[in-house]
Amino acid sequence: MSVYAKPVEVLIDELGRLPGIGPKSAQRIAFHLLKADKIDAQRLSDAVVAMKEKVSFCDRCFNVAEGEECTICSDIQRDQHVLCVVEEPKDIAAIEKTGAFRGIYHVLLGAMNPLEGIGPDQLKIRELALRVAGENITEVILCTNPNLEGETTAAFIASKILAPFELKVTRLASGLPVGGDLEYADELTLGRALEGRNTVS
Amino acid sequence: MALYRDEGVVLRTYKLGEADRIVVLYSRGRGKIRAVAKGVRRTRSKFGSRLEPGSIVQLQLYEGKNLDIVTQAERVVSLEAMRSDLDRYGRAAIILEVLDASAVEAESNPAMYKLLTGALRELDRDGNRLVVPAFVAKYLILEGVQPRVDACVRCDESTNLTTIQISEGGVLCRSCPGGEPLTDGARRALEQLLQGRVRHVLDTTPEVVAIELETLVAKLVEQHVERKLRSSSVLYEQLQ
Repeated sequence: MSVYAKPVEVLIDELGRLPGIGPKSAQRIAFHLLKADKIDAQRLSDAVVAMKEKVSFCDRCFNVAEGEECTICSDIQRDQHVLCVVEEPKDIAAIEKTGAFRGIYHVLLGAMNPLEGIGPDQLKIRELALRVAGENITEVILCTNPNLEGETTAAFIASKILAPFELKVTRLASGLPVGGDLEYADELTLGRALEGRNTVS
Repeated sequence: MALYRDEGVVLRTYKLGEADRIVVLYSRGRGKIRAVAKGVRRTRSKFGSRLEPGSIVQLQLYEGKNLDIVTQAERVVSLEAMRSDLDRYGRAAIILEVLDASAVEAESNPAMYKLLTGALRELDRDGNRLVVPAFVAKYLILEGVQPRVDACVRCDESTNLTTIQISEGGVLCRSCPGGEPLTDGARRALEQLLQGRVRHVLDTTPEVVAIELETLVAKLVEQHVERKLRSSSVLYEQLQ
Protein backbone atom coordinates (compact mmCIF):
# COMPACT_ATOMS: atom_id res chain seq x y z
CA MET A 1 0.00 0.00 0.00
CA SER A 2 1.74 3.15 -1.11
CA VAL A 3 1.32 6.34 0.90
CA TYR A 4 1.37 8.70 -2.06
CA ALA A 5 -0.54 8.75 -5.30
CA LYS A 6 1.03 6.47 -7.91
CA PRO A 7 2.56 9.17 -10.19
CA VAL A 8 4.27 10.80 -7.21
CA GLU A 9 5.61 7.45 -6.08
CA VAL A 10 7.01 6.75 -9.57
CA LEU A 11 8.73 10.15 -9.70
CA ILE A 12 10.27 9.64 -6.25
CA ASP A 13 11.62 6.26 -7.37
CA GLU A 14 13.11 7.72 -10.54
CA LEU A 15 14.71 10.67 -8.75
CA GLY A 16 16.09 8.28 -6.15
CA ARG A 17 18.13 6.54 -8.83
CA LEU A 18 20.17 9.67 -9.51
CA PRO A 19 23.67 9.89 -8.01
CA GLY A 20 23.83 11.53 -4.61
CA ILE A 21 20.06 11.65 -4.17
CA GLY A 22 18.66 9.50 -1.40
CA PRO A 23 15.00 8.66 -0.75
CA LYS A 24 14.47 11.72 1.41
CA SER A 25 15.94 14.19 -1.10
CA ALA A 26 13.98 12.48 -3.87
CA GLN A 27 10.80 13.03 -1.90
CA ARG A 28 11.63 16.69 -1.36
CA ILE A 29 12.33 17.31 -5.05
CA ALA A 30 9.14 15.48 -6.05
CA PHE A 31 7.00 17.61 -3.74
CA HIS A 32 8.73 20.75 -4.88
CA LEU A 33 7.84 19.90 -8.46
CA LEU A 34 4.30 19.06 -7.44
CA LYS A 35 3.88 22.52 -5.98
CA ALA A 36 5.69 24.33 -8.79
CA ASP A 37 4.04 25.76 -11.89
CA LYS A 38 3.34 23.31 -14.65
CA ILE A 39 5.57 25.31 -16.98
CA ASP A 40 8.59 24.87 -14.70
CA ALA A 41 8.12 21.12 -14.58
CA GLN A 42 7.68 21.09 -18.34
CA ARG A 43 10.94 23.00 -18.82
CA LEU A 44 12.80 20.45 -16.74
CA SER A 45 11.38 17.46 -18.56
CA ASP A 46 12.05 19.11 -21.94
CA ALA A 47 15.65 19.81 -20.95
CA VAL A 48 16.21 16.18 -19.99
CA VAL A 49 14.67 14.84 -23.18
CA ALA A 50 16.46 17.37 -25.40
CA MET A 51 19.81 16.50 -23.83
CA LYS A 52 19.32 12.80 -24.42
CA GLU A 53 18.18 13.34 -28.00
CA LYS A 54 20.64 15.94 -29.21
CA VAL A 55 23.84 15.23 -27.36
CA SER A 56 26.25 12.49 -28.27
CA PHE A 57 30.01 12.07 -28.34
CA CYS A 58 32.07 14.10 -30.81
CA ASP A 59 33.28 11.93 -33.70
CA ARG A 60 36.74 13.38 -33.50
CA CYS A 61 37.59 13.93 -29.84
CA PHE A 62 34.81 12.11 -27.88
CA ASN A 63 33.84 15.21 -25.98
CA VAL A 64 30.09 15.62 -25.50
CA ALA A 65 28.72 17.32 -28.58
CA GLU A 66 25.52 18.59 -30.12
CA GLY A 67 25.73 17.03 -33.56
CA GLU A 68 28.78 15.30 -35.01
CA GLU A 69 31.51 17.66 -33.87
CA CYS A 70 31.90 19.38 -30.51
CA THR A 71 32.25 23.15 -30.20
CA ILE A 72 35.99 22.88 -29.57
CA CYS A 73 36.72 20.73 -32.62
CA SER A 74 34.68 23.00 -34.88
CA ASP A 75 36.40 26.16 -33.62
CA ILE A 76 39.03 26.91 -36.27
CA GLN A 77 40.57 29.65 -34.14
CA ARG A 78 42.08 27.01 -31.87
CA ASP A 79 45.61 25.71 -32.25
CA GLN A 80 45.23 22.45 -34.21
CA HIS A 81 48.78 21.32 -33.47
CA VAL A 82 48.58 20.87 -29.71
CA LEU A 83 46.49 17.98 -28.45
CA CYS A 84 45.48 17.57 -24.84
CA VAL A 85 44.50 14.06 -23.73
CA VAL A 86 41.99 13.88 -20.85
CA GLU A 87 40.01 11.13 -19.14
CA GLU A 88 36.49 12.60 -19.08
CA PRO A 89 34.58 15.40 -20.83
CA LYS A 90 34.31 17.19 -17.46
CA ASP A 91 38.11 17.47 -17.39
CA ILE A 92 37.87 19.59 -20.54
CA ALA A 93 35.62 22.00 -18.64
CA ALA A 94 38.21 22.20 -15.85
CA ILE A 95 41.04 22.96 -18.28
CA GLU A 96 38.96 25.43 -20.29
CA LYS A 97 38.23 27.39 -17.12
CA THR A 98 41.95 28.08 -16.68
CA GLY A 99 42.03 29.88 -20.02
CA ALA A 100 45.64 28.75 -20.39
CA PHE A 101 45.10 26.25 -23.18
CA ARG A 102 44.03 27.05 -26.75
CA GLY A 103 44.62 23.71 -28.44
CA ILE A 104 42.35 20.74 -29.10
CA TYR A 105 41.38 17.76 -26.97
CA HIS A 106 41.04 14.01 -27.01
CA VAL A 107 38.83 12.30 -24.42
CA LEU A 108 39.69 8.73 -23.46
CA LEU A 109 36.39 8.15 -21.65
CA GLY A 110 38.10 6.55 -18.67
CA ALA A 111 41.48 5.43 -17.40
CA MET A 112 43.30 2.12 -17.39
CA ASN A 113 42.65 0.14 -14.25
CA PRO A 114 43.97 -3.40 -14.32
CA LEU A 115 42.36 -4.18 -10.97
CA GLU A 116 38.94 -3.47 -12.51
CA GLY A 117 39.78 -5.16 -15.79
CA ILE A 118 39.85 -1.90 -17.76
CA GLY A 119 42.61 -1.99 -20.35
CA PRO A 120 43.53 0.13 -23.37
CA ASP A 121 40.94 -1.61 -25.53
CA GLN A 122 38.08 -0.25 -23.45
CA LEU A 123 39.32 3.32 -23.90
CA LYS A 124 39.63 5.59 -26.92
CA ILE A 125 43.35 4.92 -27.20
CA ARG A 126 43.33 3.40 -30.66
CA GLU A 127 41.40 6.44 -31.88
CA LEU A 128 44.09 8.64 -30.35
CA ALA A 129 46.79 6.83 -32.31
CA LEU A 130 44.79 7.29 -35.52
CA ARG A 131 44.40 11.00 -34.85
CA VAL A 132 48.07 11.49 -34.13
CA ALA A 133 48.93 9.64 -37.32
CA GLY A 134 46.41 11.49 -39.47
CA GLU A 135 46.41 15.05 -38.12
CA ASN A 136 49.26 17.50 -38.07
CA ILE A 137 49.99 17.39 -34.34
CA THR A 138 53.28 18.58 -32.89
CA GLU A 139 52.65 18.21 -29.17
CA VAL A 140 50.55 15.86 -27.06
CA ILE A 141 49.87 16.89 -23.48
CA LEU A 142 48.88 13.97 -21.26
CA CYS A 143 46.34 15.45 -18.83
CA THR A 144 45.05 12.30 -17.17
CA ASN A 145 44.39 12.42 -13.43
CA PRO A 146 47.46 12.42 -11.18
CA ASN A 147 46.41 9.17 -9.49
CA LEU A 148 47.68 5.65 -10.08
CA GLU A 149 45.19 4.87 -12.86
CA GLY A 150 45.79 8.14 -14.67
CA GLU A 151 49.54 7.83 -14.44
CA THR A 152 49.46 4.26 -15.71
CA THR A 153 47.38 5.45 -18.64
CA ALA A 154 49.78 8.31 -19.36
CA ALA A 155 52.80 6.01 -19.12
CA PHE A 156 51.13 3.50 -21.41
CA ILE A 157 50.23 6.10 -24.03
CA ALA A 158 53.68 7.69 -23.92
CA SER A 159 55.65 4.45 -24.17
CA LYS A 160 53.43 2.20 -26.28
CA ILE A 161 51.37 4.48 -28.48
CA LEU A 162 53.20 7.74 -29.09
CA ALA A 163 56.79 6.49 -29.09
CA PRO A 164 56.93 5.87 -32.88
CA PHE A 165 55.73 9.39 -33.73
CA GLU A 166 58.00 12.36 -33.96
CA LEU A 167 56.36 14.78 -31.59
CA LYS A 168 56.71 16.37 -28.19
CA VAL A 169 54.91 14.43 -25.45
CA THR A 170 54.39 16.27 -22.19
CA ARG A 171 52.75 15.42 -18.90
CA LEU A 172 50.90 17.76 -16.59
CA ALA A 173 53.15 18.90 -13.71
CA SER A 174 52.50 17.88 -10.12
CA GLY A 175 52.92 20.38 -7.33
CA LEU A 176 51.32 22.20 -4.49
CA PRO A 177 47.81 23.61 -4.64
CA VAL A 178 47.77 27.40 -4.50
CA GLY A 179 46.51 28.58 -1.13
CA GLY A 180 47.52 25.45 0.79
CA ASP A 181 49.93 24.82 3.64
CA LEU A 182 53.26 23.16 3.00
CA GLU A 183 53.09 20.98 6.11
CA TYR A 184 49.94 19.21 4.90
CA ALA A 185 51.33 18.30 1.50
CA ASP A 186 51.94 14.60 1.04
CA GLU A 187 55.51 13.41 0.47
CA LEU A 188 55.05 12.49 -3.17
CA THR A 189 53.49 15.78 -4.18
CA LEU A 190 56.02 17.83 -2.23
CA GLY A 191 58.85 15.76 -3.69
CA ARG A 192 57.61 16.40 -7.20
CA ALA A 193 57.10 20.07 -6.48
CA LEU A 194 60.76 20.24 -5.46
CA GLU A 195 61.87 18.37 -8.56
CA GLY A 196 59.90 20.68 -10.80
CA ARG A 197 60.85 23.93 -9.03
CA ASN A 198 61.13 27.13 -11.03
CA THR A 199 63.98 29.59 -11.13
CA VAL A 200 62.88 32.90 -9.64
CA SER A 201 65.82 35.03 -10.58
CA MET B 1 33.16 2.80 18.28
CA ALA B 2 36.75 3.80 18.71
CA LEU B 3 39.87 4.96 17.01
CA TYR B 4 42.57 2.46 16.28
CA ARG B 5 45.94 2.48 14.57
CA ASP B 6 47.38 -0.06 12.20
CA GLU B 7 49.77 -0.41 9.32
CA GLY B 8 48.44 -1.58 6.00
CA VAL B 9 48.79 -1.90 2.26
CA VAL B 10 46.16 -0.38 -0.02
CA LEU B 11 44.88 -3.23 -2.18
CA ARG B 12 42.39 -1.32 -4.27
CA THR B 13 40.08 1.66 -4.20
CA TYR B 14 36.56 2.37 -5.40
CA LYS B 15 35.04 5.75 -6.04
CA LEU B 16 32.33 6.70 -3.59
CA GLY B 17 30.02 9.64 -4.06
CA GLU B 18 31.41 12.98 -5.15
CA ALA B 19 34.94 13.05 -3.76
CA ASP B 20 35.38 10.00 -1.49
CA ARG B 21 36.84 6.61 -2.03
CA ILE B 22 36.39 3.24 -0.38
CA VAL B 23 39.86 1.93 0.32
CA VAL B 24 40.41 -1.80 0.68
CA LEU B 25 43.43 -2.39 2.90
CA TYR B 26 45.40 -5.38 4.03
CA SER B 27 46.54 -4.53 7.51
CA ARG B 28 49.05 -6.09 9.81
CA GLY B 29 46.74 -6.34 12.78
CA ARG B 30 43.26 -6.79 11.32
CA GLY B 31 43.65 -8.46 7.94
CA LYS B 32 41.46 -6.99 5.23
CA ILE B 33 39.77 -3.72 6.12
CA ARG B 34 37.33 -1.70 4.07
CA ALA B 35 37.39 1.95 4.99
CA VAL B 36 36.13 5.25 3.64
CA ALA B 37 38.67 7.95 2.87
CA LYS B 38 36.69 11.16 2.80
CA GLY B 39 37.59 13.76 0.23
CA VAL B 40 40.63 11.92 -1.20
CA ARG B 41 39.72 12.81 -4.74
CA ARG B 42 39.89 16.53 -4.03
CA THR B 43 43.09 18.21 -5.12
CA ARG B 44 43.62 19.61 -1.66
CA SER B 45 42.96 16.39 0.21
CA LYS B 46 45.18 15.83 3.22
CA PHE B 47 45.74 12.25 2.07
CA GLY B 48 47.14 13.20 -1.31
CA SER B 49 48.86 10.27 -2.95
CA ARG B 50 49.08 8.14 0.15
CA LEU B 51 45.98 6.04 -0.31
CA GLU B 52 46.59 4.71 -3.79
CA PRO B 53 46.83 1.00 -4.59
CA GLY B 54 50.17 -0.43 -3.54
CA SER B 55 51.10 2.19 -0.92
CA ILE B 56 52.18 1.01 2.49
CA VAL B 57 50.76 3.37 5.11
CA GLN B 58 50.47 3.89 8.83
CA LEU B 59 46.82 4.61 9.51
CA GLN B 60 44.48 5.89 12.12
CA LEU B 61 40.96 4.69 11.56
CA TYR B 62 37.65 5.31 13.18
CA GLU B 63 35.62 2.19 13.68
CA GLY B 64 32.27 2.52 11.96
CA LYS B 65 29.23 0.27 11.91
CA ASN B 66 29.79 -1.00 8.42
CA LEU B 67 32.85 0.71 6.98
CA ASP B 68 35.63 2.30 9.01
CA ILE B 69 36.74 5.84 8.32
CA VAL B 70 40.34 6.79 7.63
CA THR B 71 41.18 9.76 9.82
CA GLN B 72 44.93 9.94 9.26
CA ALA B 73 47.38 8.31 6.92
CA GLU B 74 51.12 8.51 6.97
CA ARG B 75 53.44 7.00 4.45
CA VAL B 76 55.72 4.13 5.45
CA VAL B 77 57.28 3.49 2.04
CA SER B 78 56.37 5.22 -1.15
CA LEU B 79 56.55 2.91 -4.07
CA GLU B 80 57.44 5.69 -6.44
CA ALA B 81 59.24 3.58 -9.04
CA MET B 82 56.06 1.60 -9.57
CA ARG B 83 54.06 4.63 -10.62
CA SER B 84 56.08 5.34 -13.70
CA ASP B 85 57.01 1.82 -14.74
CA LEU B 86 54.22 -0.14 -16.40
CA ASP B 87 55.87 -3.53 -15.97
CA ARG B 88 56.35 -3.06 -12.27
CA TYR B 89 52.87 -1.73 -11.81
CA GLY B 90 51.43 -4.67 -13.74
CA ARG B 91 53.25 -7.07 -11.45
CA ALA B 92 52.21 -5.20 -8.33
CA ALA B 93 48.60 -5.23 -9.55
CA ILE B 94 48.67 -9.03 -9.70
CA ILE B 95 50.00 -9.29 -6.15
CA LEU B 96 47.37 -6.88 -4.87
CA GLU B 97 44.58 -8.63 -6.72
CA VAL B 98 45.57 -12.05 -5.37
CA LEU B 99 45.44 -10.75 -1.82
CA ASP B 100 42.17 -8.94 -2.43
CA ALA B 101 40.63 -12.10 -3.86
CA SER B 102 41.60 -14.36 -1.00
CA ALA B 103 41.95 -12.28 2.17
CA VAL B 104 39.11 -12.35 4.66
CA GLU B 105 37.97 -9.29 6.61
CA ALA B 106 39.00 -9.11 10.25
CA GLU B 107 41.35 -12.07 10.06
CA SER B 108 44.91 -11.04 10.69
CA ASN B 109 47.84 -12.93 9.25
CA PRO B 110 51.15 -11.25 10.08
CA ALA B 111 53.16 -13.69 7.97
CA MET B 112 51.06 -12.85 4.94
CA TYR B 113 51.42 -9.15 5.67
CA LYS B 114 55.16 -9.50 5.81
CA LEU B 115 55.17 -11.39 2.53
CA LEU B 116 53.01 -8.77 0.84
CA THR B 117 55.07 -5.79 1.94
CA GLY B 118 58.30 -7.63 1.21
CA ALA B 119 57.18 -8.43 -2.33
CA LEU B 120 56.06 -4.86 -2.99
CA ARG B 121 59.30 -3.38 -1.68
CA GLU B 122 61.36 -5.76 -3.77
CA LEU B 123 59.28 -4.93 -6.82
CA ASP B 124 59.78 -1.24 -6.21
CA ARG B 125 63.51 -1.76 -5.72
CA ASP B 126 64.36 -3.63 -8.88
CA GLY B 127 61.17 -4.78 -10.61
CA ASN B 128 62.47 -8.28 -11.23
CA ARG B 129 60.17 -10.47 -13.30
CA LEU B 130 60.51 -13.23 -10.71
CA VAL B 131 59.07 -11.28 -7.81
CA VAL B 132 55.55 -12.41 -8.69
CA PRO B 133 56.51 -16.12 -8.94
CA ALA B 134 58.42 -15.86 -5.65
CA PHE B 135 55.44 -14.15 -4.02
CA VAL B 136 53.00 -16.74 -5.34
CA ALA B 137 55.15 -19.67 -4.17
CA LYS B 138 55.32 -18.30 -0.63
CA TYR B 139 51.67 -17.30 -0.75
CA LEU B 140 50.56 -20.80 -1.71
CA ILE B 141 52.61 -22.21 1.17
CA LEU B 142 50.96 -19.81 3.61
CA GLU B 143 47.56 -20.76 2.25
CA GLY B 144 48.51 -24.40 2.64
CA VAL B 145 48.13 -25.34 -1.02
CA GLN B 146 51.65 -25.45 -2.41
CA PRO B 147 51.99 -27.58 -5.53
CA ARG B 148 54.12 -30.70 -5.43
CA VAL B 149 57.02 -30.32 -7.83
CA ASP B 150 59.63 -32.79 -6.61
CA ALA B 151 57.77 -35.95 -7.64
CA CYS B 152 54.84 -37.07 -9.75
CA VAL B 153 51.54 -36.48 -7.94
CA ARG B 154 50.11 -39.76 -9.22
CA CYS B 155 52.91 -42.29 -8.99
CA ASP B 156 55.62 -40.65 -6.83
CA GLU B 157 58.18 -41.04 -9.61
CA SER B 158 60.89 -38.41 -9.10
CA THR B 159 62.57 -38.47 -12.51
CA ASN B 160 61.37 -37.45 -15.98
CA LEU B 161 58.93 -34.87 -14.65
CA THR B 162 57.78 -33.20 -17.83
CA THR B 163 54.27 -31.83 -17.30
CA ILE B 164 52.24 -30.07 -14.64
CA GLN B 165 48.60 -30.77 -13.88
CA ILE B 166 47.39 -27.69 -12.04
CA SER B 167 44.04 -29.13 -11.02
CA GLU B 168 45.79 -32.07 -9.34
CA GLY B 169 48.24 -29.78 -7.61
CA GLY B 170 51.57 -30.84 -8.98
CA VAL B 171 53.82 -32.26 -11.66
CA LEU B 172 53.41 -35.48 -13.59
CA CYS B 173 56.08 -37.84 -14.87
CA ARG B 174 56.43 -38.93 -18.48
CA SER B 175 54.41 -42.11 -18.04
CA CYS B 176 51.38 -40.40 -16.47
CA PRO B 177 49.25 -38.79 -19.19
CA GLY B 178 47.81 -35.25 -19.14
CA GLY B 179 48.97 -31.88 -17.91
CA GLU B 180 50.71 -28.97 -19.58
CA PRO B 181 54.35 -29.09 -20.63
CA LEU B 182 56.85 -27.79 -18.08
CA THR B 183 60.54 -27.32 -18.70
CA ASP B 184 62.98 -28.73 -16.19
CA GLY B 185 64.47 -25.29 -15.57
CA ALA B 186 61.10 -23.86 -14.58
CA ARG B 187 60.29 -26.86 -12.41
CA ARG B 188 63.61 -26.57 -10.57
CA ALA B 189 63.21 -22.82 -10.10
CA LEU B 190 59.72 -23.35 -8.68
CA GLU B 191 61.02 -26.07 -6.39
CA GLN B 192 63.70 -23.73 -5.09
CA LEU B 193 61.18 -20.94 -4.58
CA LEU B 194 59.00 -23.31 -2.57
CA GLN B 195 62.05 -24.24 -0.51
CA GLY B 196 62.56 -20.57 0.27
CA ARG B 197 65.71 -20.02 -1.80
CA VAL B 198 64.26 -16.84 -3.23
CA ARG B 199 67.41 -14.73 -3.50
CA HIS B 200 69.22 -17.54 -5.31
CA VAL B 201 66.41 -17.91 -7.85
CA LEU B 202 66.09 -14.15 -8.35
CA ASP B 203 69.78 -13.89 -9.14
CA THR B 204 70.36 -16.95 -11.28
CA THR B 205 67.23 -17.70 -13.31
CA PRO B 206 67.48 -16.96 -17.04
CA GLU B 207 64.86 -14.75 -18.72
CA VAL B 208 63.11 -17.55 -20.68
CA VAL B 209 62.51 -19.54 -17.53
CA ALA B 210 61.27 -16.42 -15.75
CA ILE B 211 58.68 -15.82 -18.46
CA GLU B 212 57.51 -19.42 -18.27
CA LEU B 213 57.27 -19.24 -14.48
CA GLU B 214 55.33 -16.03 -14.64
CA THR B 215 52.56 -17.59 -16.76
CA LEU B 216 52.61 -20.76 -14.70
CA VAL B 217 52.17 -19.06 -11.32
CA ALA B 218 49.30 -16.97 -12.67
CA LYS B 219 47.50 -20.23 -13.46
CA LEU B 220 48.39 -21.74 -10.09
CA VAL B 221 47.02 -18.78 -8.24
CA GLU B 222 43.89 -18.63 -10.40
CA GLN B 223 43.23 -22.26 -9.51
CA HIS B 224 43.46 -21.35 -5.83
CA VAL B 225 41.36 -18.18 -5.78
CA GLU B 226 38.92 -19.80 -8.21
CA ARG B 227 38.65 -16.90 -10.58
CA LYS B 228 40.51 -15.32 -13.42
CA LEU B 229 42.93 -12.57 -12.46
CA ARG B 230 41.83 -9.40 -14.17
CA SER B 231 45.15 -7.65 -13.98
CA SER B 232 47.05 -10.50 -15.57
CA SER B 233 44.74 -10.41 -18.56
CA VAL B 234 44.63 -6.64 -18.93
CA LEU B 235 47.94 -4.96 -18.41
CA TYR B 236 50.22 -7.87 -18.23
CA GLU B 237 49.61 -9.45 -21.60
CA GLN B 238 49.65 -6.03 -23.22
CA LEU B 239 53.19 -5.57 -22.11
CA GLN B 240 54.72 -8.91 -22.96
